[in-house]
Amino acid sequence: MADQPVRHAVIIGGNRIPFARSNTAYVNVSNQDMFTAALEGLVARFGLQGQHIGAVSGGAVLKHSKDFNLMRECVLGSSLDAATPAYDVQMACATGMEAIGSLANKIKLGQLDSAIGGGVDTTSDAPIVVSESLRAILLELSRARSTKAKLSALAKIRPAHLAPSAPGTGEPRTGMSMGEHQAITTHAWGITREAQDELALASHKNLAAAYDRGFFDDLITAFNGLAKDNNLRADSSMDKLAKLKPAFGKSLGEQATMTAANSTPLTDGASAVLLGSEDYAQENDLPMLANFVDFEAAAVDFVHGSEGLLMAPAYATARLLKRNNLSFEDFDFFEIHEAFAGTVLATLKAWESEEFCREKLGLDGPLGTVDRAKLNVNGSSLAAGHPFAATGGRLIASTAKMLHEKGSGRALISVCAAGGQGVVAILEARK
Amino acid sequence: MADKYLELVNSGMTKKLAKLLGLPRPPRLRRFGVDTPLLPGPVLVLGTSARAQELSDTMVSWGLDVRRHDAGESKLGGLVLLLDELSHPEQLSALMLATGAALRKLVPGARVVSVSKPALANDEPALAAVRQGIDGAMRSLGREMRGGATANGIVLAGDTSIVSPSALGALRFFFSGRSAYVDGQFLTVRTEAGELPEDFRKPLAGKVAVVTGAARGIGAEIARTLARDGAKVVLVDMPQAGDALAKVANQVGGTTLQLDVTAKDAGQRIMDHALTRHGSLDLVVHNAGITRDKLLANMDAARWDSVIAVNIASQLRMNEVFLAAKLPGLRVVSLASTSGIAGNRGQTNYAASKGGVIGMVRASAALFAENGGSITAVAPGFIETEMTAKIPLGTRTVARLVLPSLMQGGLPVDVAEAIGFLGSGAAAGLNGQTLRVCGQSLVGA
Repeated sequence: MADQPVRHAVIIGGNRIPFARSNTAYVNVSNQDMFTAALEGLVARFGLQGQHIGAVSGGAVLKHSKDFNLMRECVLGSSLDAATPAYDVQMACATGMEAIGSLANKIKLGQLDSAIGGGVDTTSDAPIVVSESLRAILLELSRARSTKAKLSALAKIRPAHLAPSAPGTGEPRTGMSMGEHQAITTHAWGITREAQDELALASHKNLAAAYDRGFFDDLITAFNGLAKDNNLRADSSMDKLAKLKPAFGKSLGEQATMTAANSTPLTDGASAVLLGSEDYAQENDLPMLANFVDFEAAAVDFVHGSEGLLMAPAYATARLLKRNNLSFEDFDFFEIHEAFAGTVLATLKAWESEEFCREKLGLDGPLGTVDRAKLNVNGSSLAAGHPFAATGGRLIASTAKMLHEKGSGRALISVCAAGGQGVVAILEARK
Repeated sequence: MADKYLELVNSGMTKKLAKLLGLPRPPRLRRFGVDTPLLPGPVLVLGTSARAQELSDTMVSWGLDVRRHDAGESKLGGLVLLLDELSHPEQLSALMLATGAALRKLVPGARVVSVSKPALANDEPALAAVRQGIDGAMRSLGREMRGGATANGIVLAGDTSIVSPSALGALRFFFSGRSAYVDGQFLTVRTEAGELPEDFRKPLAGKVAVVTGAARGIGAEIARTLARDGAKVVLVDMPQAGDALAKVANQVGGTTLQLDVTAKDAGQRIMDHALTRHGSLDLVVHNAGITRDKLLANMDAARWDSVIAVNIASQLRMNEVFLAAKLPGLRVVSLASTSGIAGNRGQTNYAASKGGVIGMVRASAALFAENGGSITAVAPGFIETEMTAKIPLGTRTVARLVLPSLMQGGLPVDVAEAIGFLGSGAAAGLNGQTLRVCGQSLVGA
């Protein structure tokens, strides 16, 4: 195997359930329910019933400990052959990107012929843990052998111990929320409120237009009474957005610019992408939308303040382009995950900055300007929502379809993630 | 959804009570199973016909116990009445009285099938009289049948014979449980075209079928039935119904195609999907349909136009695409309705669309025949679905009990079975017709 040339990893198609704002349409469903639904829609779209897929990989950011084998449980609850192996991956908001990229690599190496990658998240059915002190007492109780020891452990429980701790989106090392981190970066790069609102508005308009022209007919399967992303506001306007009060950047006072509209809401949802070798696609009469060319991860030191929390994709992109000998001119679509409008705009500005590109990215000059006409042309997370681990699958399936519709060209996909990480990828159209 | 009355009068204590009180007792219908016999007993053939011997031989090859003379006291599962050589109404007497004598030997779920010729305007008056008379006699016999038995007829037009593929196909269909809710109906064999399946257990083996509106109700049952008969099924429905659609697709091993049938490119997308993913397009079932009931005096443009757009205009547009592509041997089966035949209060828009289907099918037959294909329709009567479950209980019970000869509503599978038959190669000679699946309802009689 060692001397064989790598083969293409082809994106065949995808499926996701509509994304729902937290505590709305998917209140009573679990990660397992949602990913199984996404998987079943994918199986139905491509006629995979009873098929033995090489591997299913994905994960969730907010995950119950009982879901240790989440992907495998979803496969067992699906119409796929029960002999399909599955494993969980977790890389915060880049979970889907990492899962799908790694599956693509295995296909390229000939280790897999077919694969399904994706992710799922819910903040409506999030795990709630008991306080650390109660957990210590309960563990002591479970170790106790004698009745006396058990009673003495139980006697330590106080009412205050019963307060549960819900998960937050705060960074463990800084205690700051993601929004507060981004607010610093947004401010540092001088991104205006107006620019952020414009990006948010474009996201809604583009997503609404994509729905109207049936773009999602073969990318989404309705779930739990929802047929469209319910965060979408097709009738949004700059005037409406301008009325909102800042939600992040409290320390910035009057200079705070980030609102609920130009930041993604907490969202529930799931996505899945079918990949395969060219042979697999041909043998099964399946479409080939795009090649998964390459992907790259990066991480930055946001803890000590040398870089913004969500700026890692800027670094990953520079390395990925260099490795593939490509520049921005070689791309027809840029899909930059809108964690916050400020994230996208700060990243774009960083790539245009000679200083940043020289000093931080080690380049000779600016990486370049992204043509806004090529940016998030069918809407992105500000409109669709962002169920953390599900965003990668949404992006890859939609982008592959866009490339296939165009019939030529390349796309760059960028996803930032908690912990100062990020993953970027290149897709290439197939006719 | 289930007909509780039917259950009550057919089981246990309540069965005895119903008998005692003389309540109408709707029978349990004999429905199709892959391994159930074609008929529930021997078949008696009465009368003469040019190729009666070949017909008997064929029925024997189907595994039937065929009797050419009165079977004595033994029970019968079927009766075939060969009436196509009669030339005067006075000749009917002997065969009809012999039929009457045989009726009491029929077991529940038995089948009576007549074979006759069409009464035409240029026939001798006496010839036309006997042929039209057979129509009336058989429809009346349908109303006299008991225990879920039915009476239907095959009409041999032109030079077609009883052993042509579509005549034999129709005979098998009427015999089998597939026609459980078809009663008092005639199928006219117009040409010798078509072929019988190699394997009657999988009549659609190797075929690719598209079913629109497949997410639920009758459409979902059509998809299940076609898959059971061996077809690879493409399931089409609106994106809003995607989750239900995926469930059905995963049950039947089909693929989903989410689209609105009223979209301009719907026909092209359906064809592209079938051809690229499954290699051919052999059968299209235009099942997608909506109701927007309102008395005409209160009707608005939105209700009227949406029903016409979905139920008939979309089919016309898609058919144009399929015809232009000259798909070889394509069979199209559309959903009409008895409302389109008899009319129904509050359904002027729906009946216009469903009557439209019947007209479209008749007028498109020659066009589809050019490429060896056919187009037919099924007109369901009262079918037990989520939709009809919303009809008030009293009205629903009347619709089930009083109107049809079979004293019950049909099931979605009854419609699906008829579509499976009309979508098979055996139906080529039946091109252009609409078959009612209504339990011989008085509506539209």
